[in-house]
Amino acid sequence: MDFKANSTSDSMTNGSAVGPDDTAIALSVDDLTVAYHRKPVIWDVAIDLPAGSLIGIVGPNGAGKSTLLKAIMNLVPRASGRVAVFGKPYRASRHRVGYVPQRESVDWDFPVDALDVVTMGLYSKIGWCLPVRKKHREAGMEALRRVGIADLANRQISQLSGGQQQRTFLARALVQDADLYLMDEPFAAVDASTEKAIVELLRELKSRGKTVVVIHHDLQTVPEYFDYAVLLNMRVVAHGPIESVFTSENLQKTYGGRLTLLDEVSEAMRRRERSL
Amino acid sequence: MSGKSSKVSSWRTVAARLLLVLLLIGCSESVALAAPASRSIADRSVSWPTASQWRRVLFLEDYNTRVVLLGVAVLGAAAGLVGSFTLLRKRALLGDALAHASTPGIALAFMFATALGLDGKSLPVLLLGATITGVLGIGVVLVVRSQTRLKEDAALGIVLSVFFGAGVALLGIVQQMESGSAAGLEGFIYGKTASMNASDARLILVASGIAVVGCLLLFKEFKLLCFDENFAGSRGMPVLVLDLCLMALVVLVTIVGLQAVGLILVVALFVTPTAAARFWTEKLWRVAGLSALMGGVGGVFGAAASALMPRLPSGAMIVLASTALFAFSMFFGTARGVLIRWLRRFRVNRRVRRRHLLRGLYELLELDEPDSVFRRDARVPVETVLATRSWSRNQLSRTIASAQHEELITLREDSIGLTQSGYVQAARLTREHRLWELYLITHAEVAPSRVDRDADAIEHVLEPELVDELERLLEQQPVHIAVPASPHDSLSPGALQ
Repeated sequence: MDFKANSTSDSMTNGSAVGPDDTAIALSVDDLTVAYHRKPVIWDVAIDLPAGSLIGIVGPNGAGKSTLLKAIMNLVPRASGRVAVFGKPYRASRHRVGYVPQRESVDWDFPVDALDVVTMGLYSKIGWCLPVRKKHREAGMEALRRVGIADLANRQISQLSGGQQQRTFLARALVQDADLYLMDEPFAAVDASTEKAIVELLRELKSRGKTVVVIHHDLQTVPEYFDYAVLLNMRVVAHGPIESVFTSENLQKTYGGRLTLLDEVSEAMRRRERSL
Repeated sequence: MSGKSSKVSSWRTVAARLLLVLLLIGCSESVALAAPASRSIADRSVSWPTASQWRRVLFLEDYNTRVVLLGVAVLGAAAGLVGSFTLLRKRALLGDALAHASTPGIALAFMFATALGLDGKSLPVLLLGATITGVLGIGVVLVVRSQTRLKEDAALGIVLSVFFGAGVALLGIVQQMESGSAAGLEGFIYGKTASMNASDARLILVASGIAVVGCLLLFKEFKLLCFDENFAGSRGMPVLVLDLCLMALVVLVTIVGLQAVGLILVVALFVTPTAAARFWTEKLWRVAGLSALMGGVGGVFGAAASALMPRLPSGAMIVLASTALFAFSMFFGTARGVLIRWLRRFRVNRRVRRRHLLRGLYELLELDEPDSVFRRDARVPVETVLATRSWSRNQLSRTIASAQHEELITLREDSIGLTQSGYVQAARLTREHRLWELYLITHAEVAPSRVDRDADAIEHVLEPELVDELERLLEQQPVHIAVPASPHDSLSPGALQ
């Protein structure tokens, strides 16, 4: 259904030989409900996300976006539901998943430098009790180079700017060489050039057939950055290729009456159509 | 929750505790001193050690002193190492709850052992009891925290005081018991290294050794656990198991440390050296190593002081010694000590003011010389410069002095001129400043948080195309000033003045 439309638009934008497989589902969530204290945070989430695409998850504050990502990775207990990553339970395919948590979720005063943080992405590969070796640090440097801050490798992380901290987190996910990336607000409070660098990185990942799921706040840039969207407000309001789901009506349903950006969003959609 | 505030609060707790202990010692001395018959009750002075006492301790002449110092050094090092992880995990005070919760265990162990006809004061028995109620205490904290909506500090406060209160009550009962003398059990409260013998020291060595090896083996895992548990979980690391391992190491070191440091102060062994080490370095392995070193050194000095003046409980002495190290580190630490921070702030302020001065001069010269040809002898009176910004005369003259020192300006008879290199810098700064202003004006929809004005150069932050565009905008400014005027005047007339 939806995926057909998506894959055609993909091959149009890509134009390259490696188009994503029509049938490949990177992430499949079925009937997922998560409850914290008294009431559920997300209800009956059921989504299938196509491999090889850039997927934006949008929704108002408190819509359960971060919780959805955490529940996918078993970081919060599920009340019900199944998750399959590349057709297997998360446990079996977690080595193919790279996670970029929210920047605010850690204490940046921690006594480590940027390269230390990046090599953390390799710990499970290195194995228990074994030290980080030279080749791991080299892989870490390569990842830092890809996000453009290799010169800051030895800087203590509190001395990095917000954008540089975000790039460090991205490098930590990149160094794993995963197939599915789950990113929690990588664009939050970063400078303009970091935003651009991240977008380029996302496109590069996509061109190599990777799947990237991004929690995103800025509705205006959604049509420009992503080709697939999940509109979430405790339940999934809509999900599918941008063209079919990113409509004023769906956004109204997601954000309720609070949305004042609707006009700007439809303008952004028009821009996207022109550029395609 | 920020790391700094939690570190400060745990630190404050330790300091308050120390005061309390010193007060308690003052009070209890009068009661406890009735025991030694050789001294008169009135003799409460803490006498300065004699030369021979000094010699015996300093040259480790007594076997017992050697045993005690070795034991305490190893204990301090192990606690410093484990503590560097618990402090970064923001769990430092859990060890405190553990130590306090061990009080009833000590009393109960003594009761049971005596009732069974065993030696009630055998250390392994007492420590076993301490471990059982200590772990129980932590368990209660964790249950209260996870099953109710109470915060950790409330849970800690409740558990800590209830267990300690029960323990003190039980110790009171034990003192009344007819079978077996309970004298000496209160040593666990304040710490008493004098009673430590070789087998006790061996116990400390073994336990500390396990803790050190555990920390070294799991260094990388603990590091990730403390930094980012969500990421650790996403990689499939068993976060809960790692937390339990860390906690087990804390239990191990705390329990064997009870005898030497006392249960009220043992938490300081975990907090103080790490907090001190943090002032010297930004690398975790150095923090851990330095913390272990300072823990060991603090332990040795404290135990030595206590050996010299036996009235002073070793626990308090050890804590005072490591606090001295902490205070020194806090001021002189080369990474984030108070002095270096003052110095850094001073330098930044000086640099900012120097930049303001250069830019101010440039703009004043620019007004005088519309054709902007830089003349070596162009000068501006100090008074005029003073009026351009809201700086005090004092600040300005200091800034002038520092800029003179850098050979950016020359000062002659109350008028300032730019040197060649000063001119180059001033022109660059002015350009940069105007580009930024223009950027903020023309891209007003950009959130201020996304503009990193602290960056050295606009090119490092904005994309080159955007800088080009801004340059073009600047050039379109009125042509009679070759180096364009401040965009305030042209884009929003009357915005200034």
